[in-house]
Amino acid sequence: MTAIDFPSRSRVSLLGPLTDTWYLTGRKLRALARQPWVLTMGVIQPVIWLFLFGDMFHKIIDIPGFGYQGSYLTYLVPGIVAMNAMSGNMWAGMSMIEEIERGTLNRFLVSPASRLAIMNASVAEQAVSTTVQTLIIVFLGMAGGARYPGGVAGVVVLTVASILIGVLWGALSNMTGMLLRSREAIIGVYTFFMLPLMFLSSAFMKASFLPGWMQAIASRNPLNWEVQIGRSALSATPDWSGIAVRSGALLVLAVLCVAISVRTFRSYAKNV
Amino acid sequence: MSSAIEARGLVKTYPAPKSKNKRKSKNNGEQDRVRALDGLCLSVPRGTIYAILGPNGAGKTTAVKILTTLARPDSGAAAVEGVDVLLAPRRAREVIGVVAQRSGADPTATGRENLVLQGHLYGLPTADARRRADELLDRFGLREAAGRNASTYSGGMQRRLDVALGLMHAPKVLFLDEPTTGLDPESRTAMWQEITRLAGDERMTVLLTTHYLEEADRLAHRLAIVDQGKVVAEGEPGQLKDELKGDVVQVELPARPREQEVRDTLTQVPGVRDVLVVGRGVSARSDDGAAAVPSVLAALANAGTPAVSVTVARPSLDEVYLRYTGRRYSEKDEVSVA
Repeated sequence: MTAIDFPSRSRVSLLGPLTDTWYLTGRKLRALARQPWVLTMGVIQPVIWLFLFGDMFHKIIDIPGFGYQGSYLTYLVPGIVAMNAMSGNMWAGMSMIEEIERGTLNRFLVSPASRLAIMNASVAEQAVSTTVQTLIIVFLGMAGGARYPGGVAGVVVLTVASILIGVLWGALSNMTGMLLRSREAIIGVYTFFMLPLMFLSSAFMKASFLPGWMQAIASRNPLNWEVQIGRSALSATPDWSGIAVRSGALLVLAVLCVAISVRTFRSYAKNV
Repeated sequence: MSSAIEARGLVKTYPAPKSKNKRKSKNNGEQDRVRALDGLCLSVPRGTIYAILGPNGAGKTTAVKILTTLARPDSGAAAVEGVDVLLAPRRAREVIGVVAQRSGADPTATGRENLVLQGHLYGLPTADARRRADELLDRFGLREAAGRNASTYSGGMQRRLDVALGLMHAPKVLFLDEPTTGLDPESRTAMWQEITRLAGDERMTVLLTTHYLEEADRLAHRLAIVDQGKVVAEGEPGQLKDELKGDVVQVELPARPREQEVRDTLTQVPGVRDVLVVGRGVSARSDDGAAAVPSVLAALANAGTPAVSVTVARPSLDEVYLRYTGRRYSEKDEVSVA
């Protein structure tokens, strides 16, 4: 048995952020896989909304001028996916606070591990959990009678858009957690934004049926962009240029939010 | 230089906690900041166990945070194994191991997973990380529990896992922030043995903070008494006790006396010095404690404050602490070891 050669990290620092991201993401995903009920519980409420609203308002689709090919349940799926991406990733900040309180974050910070990797792992976890939950909603919707003419490609685009919303919201939640160190603040921010953002969009109602001021807000509402991307991608005739523009905008916004949260994290790490 | 840890003039202030009286916090000057460290200096020789002893709030944890790159001082400098922690924190992190007060272990991962991840973060290849993890699991008696989630561990097991995590990359300097707080006596003794071994067999430098006098006395080669952000006394425990010379005469009075009166009475007794009054207790030093007892008792009786009991003791660290901080190491500071 040979002695372990304890390496100096300064020598291998080029690959450091990547390998650190890999190992730290592995830690998060293992925890996720070990507690599958956390993901399942999170998706229950959005699914209830899906079937409750889908059934309650199924006649909305018959209003002259609604002009949607398909059931109201199908119409709702992208909106419920967006809602779930938002509510699911609210917990990112909660687990950040927990790791600060438990001392786990400090343990990573006194190691030579890359700071960026610690945040990357959080983003990667959000992407994976959002994907799983989005697919659960898509399949349950299908089981309930929703149909997706856009096929697999449509579902993929919807999922990517939901990941962007999830990452965006997860970054905001992380930032709130780090700055305010209060679970109540995170819940407060979430409940403040959730319903207005949902209803100031075309998630439940055709945009042109909304009053003018609501339409004005909806067109600037990132959640609405996700709904439009998803709905168009799942339809028989996707508007690819519209999808590309809105996805690009969501991507820019998500990158911006992650960048700000990384900055916040760096300043936190400098003076624990 | 054979110093493993050097700190010079560390000053660290924090914003004062918001006071209820708003007028008070209006002048946003220096007064509104709490001085956690007030020019702290340390020099820890390589391969020794060095204890920082002090009550809660003395600045022990703040000092450790600065030395382990978690916080930056307002002024001052610090180096670990010759690496400046302010200028080259990354390189400093490679040579230090840290066991913080709060368990940093991930409760949703097994003991072994925690250790292997730690190895990876310090750049160990997977095979080496696994081998080192097994080594440490054996050494800390966690072999049986290695595959269980850390959330199922008892307090003592969790603390051992914390120390194992800090040792994963074989650091040159190990920081232990209150390693035995909250442990039962048996786990505490085991932890002491392990710490002694680290410095002995592995030539590691161990810096530990504690608020247990006994822990510092039993474990440390050298210690620093920290009070209000400053080192007020430094040296080997034996040397610090010897410096006090002579014995301690402790007298208990029936009621809280007038401090000045008692002090005046006793300083007039030949051979008695360093009179301190704490509550109903009075302590004084004398080169020959037994010989001083009759005259001390007589003087007190004459002054109208006869003693209830009297004891003579060799100086303990408690006395050292009292001498340098002007306070007894009160029970409030020392958490009872139940």
